[in-house]
Amino acid sequence: MRPTLRLVLCGSVDDGKSTLIGRLLCDSNQVFADQLQKAEEDSRRYGTQAGATDLALLTDGLQDEREQGITIDVAYRVLETPLRRFVVADAPGHEQYTRNMATGASTADLAVVMVDARKGVLPQTARHTRIVAMVGVRHVVLAVNKMDLIGWDRARFEELAEEYRTVAAEVGVGEVVAIPVSALTGDNLTRPSGQTPWHAGPTLLGHLETVELARPAEDQPFRMPVQYVNRPDPDFRGYCGRVASGRVAPGDRMLVSPAGTSASVESIVVWQDTSDRAEQGDSVTLTLKPDVDVSRGDVIAAADDPPQVADQFRAQIIWMGDEPLTAGRPYRMRLHTCEVGAVVTSIRHRVDVSDGSKLAAARLELNDLGAVNLATSRPVPFAPFEQSRELGGFILIDRATSATAGAGTIAYALMRSANVKWQDFDISADVRSALKSQRARCLWLTGLSASGKSTVANQLERRLVIEGRHTYLLDGDNVRHGLNRDLGFTEPDRVENIRRVAEVARLMVDAGLIVIVSFISPFQAERDFARALFDPGDFMEIFVDAPLEVCARRDPKGLYAKAMRGEIKNFTGVDSPFERPERPDLRLDTERLSPEECVALIMERMA
Amino acid sequence: MLESEAIEIIREGVAAATRPVMLYSIGKDSSVLLHLARKAFWPAPPPMPLLHVDTTWKFREMIAFRDRVAAEASVELLVHTNSEGADGAVTPFTHGSDYYTEVMKTAALRQALDAGGFDIIFVGARRDEEKSRAKERVFSFRDAAHQWHPKAQRPELWNLYNTRLDAGGSFRVSPLSNWTEADIWRYIAAEDIPIVPLYYAAERTVVRRGGQWIMVDDDRMPLLPGEVPQRRRVRFRTLGCYPLTAAVESTADTLDAIIAEVLAADRSEREGRLIDHDGEASMERKKREGYF
Ligand SMILES: Nc1nc2c(ncn2[C@@H]2O[C@H](COP(=O)(O)OP(=O)(O)O)[C@@H](O)[C@H]2O)c(=O)[nH]1
Repeated sequence: MRPTLRLVLCGSVDDGKSTLIGRLLCDSNQVFADQLQKAEEDSRRYGTQAGATDLALLTDGLQDEREQGITIDVAYRVLETPLRRFVVADAPGHEQYTRNMATGASTADLAVVMVDARKGVLPQTARHTRIVAMVGVRHVVLAVNKMDLIGWDRARFEELAEEYRTVAAEVGVGEVVAIPVSALTGDNLTRPSGQTPWHAGPTLLGHLETVELARPAEDQPFRMPVQYVNRPDPDFRGYCGRVASGRVAPGDRMLVSPAGTSASVESIVVWQDTSDRAEQGDSVTLTLKPDVDVSRGDVIAAADDPPQVADQFRAQIIWMGDEPLTAGRPYRMRLHTCEVGAVVTSIRHRVDVSDGSKLAAARLELNDLGAVNLATSRPVPFAPFEQSRELGGFILIDRATSATAGAGTIAYALMRSANVKWQDFDISADVRSALKSQRARCLWLTGLSASGKSTVANQLERRLVIEGRHTYLLDGDNVRHGLNRDLGFTEPDRVENIRRVAEVARLMVDAGLIVIVSFISPFQAERDFARALFDPGDFMEIFVDAPLEVCARRDPKGLYAKAMRGEIKNFTGVDSPFERPERPDLRLDTERLSPEECVALIMERMA
Repeated sequence: MLESEAIEIIREGVAAATRPVMLYSIGKDSSVLLHLARKAFWPAPPPMPLLHVDTTWKFREMIAFRDRVAAEASVELLVHTNSEGADGAVTPFTHGSDYYTEVMKTAALRQALDAGGFDIIFVGARRDEEKSRAKERVFSFRDAAHQWHPKAQRPELWNLYNTRLDAGGSFRVSPLSNWTEADIWRYIAAEDIPIVPLYYAAERTVVRRGGQWIMVDDDRMPLLPGEVPQRRRVRFRTLGCYPLTAAVESTADTLDAIIAEVLAADRSEREGRLIDHDGEASMERKKREGYF
């Protein structure tokens, strides 16, 4: 089969993208007679060419688009020439459909950026170029369209190309091939134009057919994220996945990340035969020897060069959610085949898409680009996106709606300690706690309302004080009277509530205190966010557990009764979820244990 | 590359699914899809049943082929017919093709999917078939009423498919999205995949109707005044209900000949499907209503 080149075509609305694709399809004989006939009929109804066939109607497929004459979603077309097979993504121009544009660009090897010769390089052109570069496209062609309308003016073309090269260089796209074209007439698309004797370069199709694509480096280490564990019977256990980089052969030594177990490849199963090798891009099933424990989301990798593993990252984000991104809000994250909880711990900056300047920002709105720090609920194997699209690209998923809220690329991992210690003073946290003869830490009690958090917290603090410890108790309700008086119960406010409490707890631990936090904190990602602020071991997640029915029966403040009557909205356990801790440091069953027994268990764990 | 991509998509779907199913139409795309699913999970059989919506008007050769292939692949075969339209109550002859399709295909499919509670539904759709399909995601979200919302499609970045369905609904998953008709034929040849013999040219009994060749597959087909069944060398580019599927005159009786014919063709294959011509944006509308 002919090699496939995947390309994305982008530009502002009305620059002529749809017309260009229609022309490429037609001129390379990819349009069937009946499809052309249909476009001719449609042209009479919706066309912009006064009844002449509007080639844009070959690709503008959705009813809304035809009625409005704009392209709202990316359309994919396959075309073939004797040299190559092309999958063309026709990306929408409108700013409000930027997420669809990013969808089209993310799988492309090459981008054709169109500009209208009369309008020149627009802010939207810069935006597209930035997104294209961010999602990993390294080859860019600038198609200066509608040259027929400016009389094939060479000087104007060169000026435009120069202006665009500046933009491209700024976003990290080194080489740009510029071509003067007319989508309407087909000049310089599939055949050289008589109008441009001064243009020494190729036609658009000629370039697409011959451009050398950066081949994946031969010497990349082997990596395969596991998609599926195939276990038809006790004798066969295969790990299915697509090779993200490198190559593999039976006998090769492997390391399973993040667990770090090792094994060697026993066989490579593809259909009825086994194979003696597989390489980047192949979908295969591996069997290992010995048969170690591997799950979906793990990465099987070359033992002598395994991937990095981390749980805090610096990343670029393009925001696609209708709700803005704010620090502290919990999401699900998909990174290769791995799904984990994730929370943005801070927004470093927003990028101005037109000139690339970095602006301070408290939130990222729909279609914004920015850089963030991000923490995941557990360590995951990854690679910087620069090295691997497969192991460095991720999406963030809204937990309530399951919508894809953002896409990101990992720049590098952050060291946890580097992230926590923001300024070195002579007196360190260790000194402060040593002076109090104790080990400072944060004991985070999570659980439903009326599960027993306050009771346990109260008795625990008394017990610690009796033993001569220096403590402080942060209680959810009390904090809302002061520090968090300005916050309500909307989702951003709840997130901010937790963020402040966690930050205060961190300062107090730094001051050498044993801090008891008694907070419902219903989301795992919130608790993970808090944990991420502390050194390992300085944070204990204690799950105060009692069944919902029991809590509702206890109901000391009458809150459940109110919530059931609908008088309180978003009440955890009633109309708002409580995510049970995935791996608490300690779980206290308050249905069976007395408060004294709970305190004893905590003291035991702290010893 | 196409094969590896399709297998990756099938595995992602199965990994995410609670109740996966593969819609099996018996056509060449379904044959390729089933073959890919077998490869994806070999040596296990595909971990999902096949679902065939039987309108009772399929070509007889298709039904025989279906039963043979399912048995050979060791997959469970589910067959559903809309009881409302069975026993000759709704036929392509007594009702318009729009209404017939709505009852015997669209409604029947919804019934079968609801009954099975399927959340991941593999289909053999290709983006080159039709314009609204060219815009559909690989994992295409459908709400609880099986409706497609073309304006609110989830972004689909790289090969990261957001397969979460916490708020209900289902996905139509199209592993063959980036294949063309020619790709399908080349792959069938390369992998030696069995297909229904109707794809190969042979002498068949047909009548001329509405400017197209319609096969007289059984004696339920009423002849119109002036129609005379005749023997012609024909084949089918696409398979469906025999009264609604036109044959083309052809001598292509080998895969190589078919591929040569496909590459030289100037009519797209859906032209043989009479339902597509029913109206403006017909396929998008049918899809919004739940036809896949
Ligand atoms: N004169 C001229 N008009 C063009 C050219 N390319 C596109 N157009 C017209 O510009 C308008 C917008 O084109 P269309 O392809 O729908 O733009 P899209 O929004 O980028 O897909 C249509 O009326 C086209 O016919 C060109 O090269 N020259």
